[in-house]
Amino acid sequence: MNALKDAGHLFRLAAVFIAGILVFLGVRAFFVPKSFGQYGHYRGDAITEIAARPVNFAGHKVCEDCHADVLEKKKVGRHSRVNCEACHGPLAKHADDPSIQPAKLDTAVLCVRCHETNTAKPKGFPQVASADHSTGLPCDTCHQPHSPAIVAGVTK
Amino acid sequence: MYPNEVELQWSVLIVLYPFLTGLVAGAFILASLERVFRVEEVKPTYRLALLTALSFLLVAPLPLQLHLGHPERSYEMYLTPHRTSAMAMFGFVYLWYLLAVLVLEIWLDYRRDIVVLSQSTTGWKRWIYRTLTLGSSNISAHALEIDERAGWLITLIGIPSAFLLHGYVGFIFGSVKANPWWSTPLMPVVFIFSAMVSGIATVMLLYMLMMWSRGETIDMRCVDTVARYLFYTFIIDFSLEMLDLIHRIYEADESFRSLDFMVHTKLYMSHIVIQIVLGTVTPIALLALTQVLRLSEMARKRIYVLAGCLTLVGIFAMRWNVVIGGQLFSKSFLGYTTYKMGLVTREGLLVAIVLTVLPFVILWVLVKLLPPWPERNSGSLPDAAPAR
Amino acid sequence: MNITRRHLMLLLPAAAIAWKHVLAGTPEASPNYHMSEHWWSMLIDLPNCIGCGNCVRACQVENDVPDGYFRTWVERYHVSDYHIENPHVDSPDGGKQGFPPAKEEGGKNFFVPKLCNHCADSPCTQVCPVGATFIGPDGVVLVDQKYCLGCRYCVQACPYGCRFIHPQKNVAEKCTLCYHRITKGLTTACCEACPTGARQLVDLKNPNDPIHEFLKTHSVQVLKPYMATHAKVFYNDLDGSVR
Repeated sequence: MNALKDAGHLFRLAAVFIAGILVFLGVRAFFVPKSFGQYGHYRGDAITEIAARPVNFAGHKVCEDCHADVLEKKKVGRHSRVNCEACHGPLAKHADDPSIQPAKLDTAVLCVRCHETNTAKPKGFPQVASADHSTGLPCDTCHQPHSPAIVAGVTK
Repeated sequence: MYPNEVELQWSVLIVLYPFLTGLVAGAFILASLERVFRVEEVKPTYRLALLTALSFLLVAPLPLQLHLGHPERSYEMYLTPHRTSAMAMFGFVYLWYLLAVLVLEIWLDYRRDIVVLSQSTTGWKRWIYRTLTLGSSNISAHALEIDERAGWLITLIGIPSAFLLHGYVGFIFGSVKANPWWSTPLMPVVFIFSAMVSGIATVMLLYMLMMWSRGETIDMRCVDTVARYLFYTFIIDFSLEMLDLIHRIYEADESFRSLDFMVHTKLYMSHIVIQIVLGTVTPIALLALTQVLRLSEMARKRIYVLAGCLTLVGIFAMRWNVVIGGQLFSKSFLGYTTYKMGLVTREGLLVAIVLTVLPFVILWVLVKLLPPWPERNSGSLPDAAPAR
Repeated sequence: MNITRRHLMLLLPAAAIAWKHVLAGTPEASPNYHMSEHWWSMLIDLPNCIGCGNCVRACQVENDVPDGYFRTWVERYHVSDYHIENPHVDSPDGGKQGFPPAKEEGGKNFFVPKLCNHCADSPCTQVCPVGATFIGPDGVVLVDQKYCLGCRYCVQACPYGCRFIHPQKNVAEKCTLCYHRITKGLTTACCEACPTGARQLVDLKNPNDPIHEFLKTHSVQVLKPYMATHAKVFYNDLDGSVR
């Protein structure tokens, strides 16, 4: 008994520690988000939150619903696999509300992004040195962007 | 550089953090020399080492908090720790070391003095001591013997805990396979030994400084022994770092050219000049002199102070070279970037300086509260035990 | 006027049709999306990449990526002769405005778009201390920006340099494979904007996905395979000089 009495301070210390652990467990139960651990070691709600972000590019299928005529022209040309928004930019707002006009494109700037000659581009890819090729004229002077091939005898 | 690599992720605060925890581990190992390995000569530094360790350990989380993007969420590390993350596990290692080792050992060692002071002090300080006694005023011989045994056990557990504390920091870097400057199994070991070197040097310097400022004579037998342990530990630390270097140079893997160039250009000053020449080779040579030659007390004191200061500079440089150096080169091994350290920003130089000074302020408070040695005129510690 | 059941019988169908027109521009919501049916990835068909930078721009617009940081970027490689271990690489503003003419003559030149590889064994999810970054059940590595501390450990651990800390939000950010789009049946913004089909979204769990045939008939690699991250972004015809 004497030994225990002389170790009384150690028991008090143990009590402080145990109290601390209990407080920690209580705080934990309160603060850990409810969806944590739903699918793994993370907040399950995060997945739905990330999936709910707004969309800025509508996707070419949506364009084709209204602009079937452009699609017809594009389908037979070299740009058949180029999606609408690759050139026209993000159009989800326009698709939701067609009265919102998309920005007008400047072919002098737009086309050279892909077609300006560059040694790193694939050899078979159509590329021109625009200064020599068009002498400063915008590309749509001669080329129709939706079907860019110049057909002999057909004026644009 | 990959475009996202240009800006450094971890700043000077993350250099400071392993430096501070290293001092903790090192100071504790010095204290354990006396307690567990019965190296009697270093007894005068025992309590000082413990208080130093506590001061630095209390400040250690601050650079981390200041560096986080969302410090207010840092509690998440304790609530939902990711068991595969060394950083998360470190939170618990830190907590364990602080509460179950350091605070406990200090409390057990000082308990007698705390009880005495709780009865003899007046004013608001009395309440601090009374709280610290946890309501028990039993300082009978048997109770103190129990304390002694418990303290011995805590120190015994504390030694691997100290290794774990700083080894973990080394592992946080050493386990990042994406970074070849960090990724080596030697990293935790090098960190531990450089921590011991810095901790021993700090306690040695502090002891000499405090004795001098109190006008008391420095126990040369103690300081000579501390310096000897510093010397031995330094040799091991230096060998490990040289082993890493030689191994890298010899194997010359994909990263070697890029790292080699970096060390010779961007890190030349901090790595070759400051860390190796000034911070390691010079102190080792100085300490070797004191071991090999018979020098006067004055000469030895001067050498110890110089060696100690150079050591601390060198160990800080080592942390700098690991943390900052590891981010100066691209993971493509094809480029380099620069570290732009701010002055008054949240992670800038000024903050780093304040955080380095802060532990000494805390130490000053602790020394006032829990004196490591009896006061000269025995004012506030009647019947005090002689310096342990 | 009291709204009777008869009124509603007339109004509701009309409202539904009108609402459908309004929704015409909005992709259908995702109640039919089940995570366990998908294992997302991407195919980069390098011979088709022309370095136009459309993908980088589209990603920035779609995901509000801050300037100077990149969820995806394009690198240009110049390999001279047999020096495949020392390519010259440039990525001006991540390739966002395309690439200026090359300064070096000759050699082998090509573009390499890069993004998060959505590794099956990602080191970034391994080191996150709180579980703020994770791989979802459908194979996309995501960041929970409400939970992230901004400790930057994941940025250090990524061997590919695809992560960054958002300068305003102070949390980790990276390519999400446009998770908000792919769960609605759309493709990613970068794939939508790519004019040559160099980037294609891939669903490895879909038996009809063309990737399965592609993998059988082409020489396909991943970046840094020795890191054993089990990266899921496949590169067709990846040159040995790519770092």
